[in-house]
Amino acid sequence: MNGMFSHLIENYQACVAVVLFAIGMCMLLFDKNLLKKVIGLDIMDSGTFLLLADRGYITGRSVPIISDGVTDMAHYINPLPAGLVLTGIVVSVSVSALMLGLTIRIYNKYHTLNMDALYLIMSNRRKGGRI
Amino acid sequence: MSFVQNFPFFSIILCLLCAVVTFVAGDRWGRRLTVALLSVSIVLQGCVLWFCAHNNISYAYMMGHFPAPWGNEIMAGVLEPLMALVFSVVMLLSVLGGMRHIEHDIGDGSRALYWVMVDLTLVSLLALCYTNDIFTGYVFIEICTIASCGILCARESGRTLLASMRYMVFSLVGSGLFFIGVVYLYSVTGQLLFPQLLETVGAVWQNGAYRPAVTIAVGLISTGLAIKSGLFPFHTWLPEAHSQASVASSCILSGVIVKGYAFLLIKIIYRAIGPAVYYATGVQNILLVLGLGGMVICSVSAIRARHLKVMVAYSSAAQIGYIFMGIGMGTQVGMLAAILQVINHALTKSMLFLSAVQLSDASQRHMDFPHLRGAGHRDPAAGILFTAGALSMVGVPLFAGFIPKLYFAQEAFSLGWQRWPVLLALVASTVLNVLYFLYTAVLIWLPQEEGCTCRRIKAHWDEKLPAFVLLALGLAMGIHSAPLTALLRQGFALFSRY
Repeated sequence: MNGMFSHLIENYQACVAVVLFAIGMCMLLFDKNLLKKVIGLDIMDSGTFLLLADRGYITGRSVPIISDGVTDMAHYINPLPAGLVLTGIVVSVSVSALMLGLTIRIYNKYHTLNMDALYLIMSNRRKGGRI
Repeated sequence: MSFVQNFPFFSIILCLLCAVVTFVAGDRWGRRLTVALLSVSIVLQGCVLWFCAHNNISYAYMMGHFPAPWGNEIMAGVLEPLMALVFSVVMLLSVLGGMRHIEHDIGDGSRALYWVMVDLTLVSLLALCYTNDIFTGYVFIEICTIASCGILCARESGRTLLASMRYMVFSLVGSGLFFIGVVYLYSVTGQLLFPQLLETVGAVWQNGAYRPAVTIAVGLISTGLAIKSGLFPFHTWLPEAHSQASVASSCILSGVIVKGYAFLLIKIIYRAIGPAVYYATGVQNILLVLGLGGMVICSVSAIRARHLKVMVAYSSAAQIGYIFMGIGMGTQVGMLAAILQVINHALTKSMLFLSAVQLSDASQRHMDFPHLRGAGHRDPAAGILFTAGALSMVGVPLFAGFIPKLYFAQEAFSLGWQRWPVLLALVASTVLNVLYFLYTAVLIWLPQEEGCTCRRIKAHWDEKLPAFVLLALGLAMGIHSAPLTALLRQGFALFSRY
């Protein structure tokens, strides 16, 4: 038990990342407000980026830009995780923009952001069987 | 290097270029460009398939100037171009069959953007088929999510907007789980390219120290792709999304996109994780149980549906259960049957959606069952197509749906504890399929009710011909499946040899 606890303390950044991911996913799935869903999506993605950045960082090494003529690879961290985070951010921004676009269209049509209210409106307006 | 080996790369770049040109070309030229792109894609994938099958090879194609493990690669064997070919054919026929409804359902201002989204859907599916890098897989999964949401919400109605939002929520949860699984796997192995991952995951598993970490990563990746494929119990977004879209979008969403994710999972199992390690994690047992649950419970939901398109969409969720059952069987024949089911469902479900909408057109655009009575007499071609699709879904011999069911049933006898659950679920699902599909097939051929004002409509052969081509392909698969299964066996042998 102590071993597990010390592992968690040692990897506290990864633990925070997983907690952020879980919070974001719960917001995305269970929150009724459409805007909060988008915020949940961004929190979820941030958790993943934090995990990726944390895994790529090695204490005592510097950013992967050659400085003072040092070409020994052991002096620098791996640049790949940072590149992956940047790509992930681009993807996340695109998806958030699409979600916000959908939210605006839904709000313009129904004047509410509450999913329950939207489904209520839908069920009241449903006409039997028409496409 | 043969010139044909460039074709996977050419087809991906061509789609991206076409999407950009379509954006400025407008609706009319965008439509022509998209149809031409889909046709060219069929030719290119056909050439790659012929080349790989004839020479019995699979090859990696370096993208850019950095060799593995730093650069990016695509990989083509037999299975990759075969799936890309099936997806291109189904997309082309869906677009041609649903063209009249696209013009009706989608506003003039949005139609050019619709073609851009179709092009982007094709590029993402081709990339999912050909990628040799798990992170590239993630990026194209997200592009596929965005593009598919675009083709879904292009039909500007309130329900479609809500369906799109629900689709996005589930889809993004799936992508998020896949992404964090990839990151976790990367943190254990330090690799992203499939061949290097395969080697490192095998070594890490042998070492024993990181087995829980590999199991969690594999579980997250599998769950993410299962959610995106609409596997039970994550299927709640699917019926609404697939039934609310314009018919071409419904065909593409149901027949092609969910299969792209399932194929990616099969590819990851063989190329990146290794079947031995994957089965040792036990994740396939969870997929098997969910697949069996989906086959039965989604079929029950289909029986309860009062709207034809919703019934067909619930049937998709049940058929996806078959695919994951095949993956969960944990044998190569199970995987082969899963791919056969992917092909069968892509062909048959697109035909069913096209014919369902044509039957609805013959019933004053009503989709509820009482109004559909006698629709087969009002539009006989659509009635024949729907009846053939229903027989295929039930698994009647000579139709495409019979072949995967036969393989599933035969393979079930070689399983251990899974044997009886699989056989029982197959029987239950088939009986339920008979209930709802044959009920509908009989209903549309009953005499029209007295007082019904529906009249026989003029046949639009431009939208019927693509559906008949889908029917012909399904019948060819059902009557003479040996060449296809031989290709699949060759593809799996190349997967394992790599």
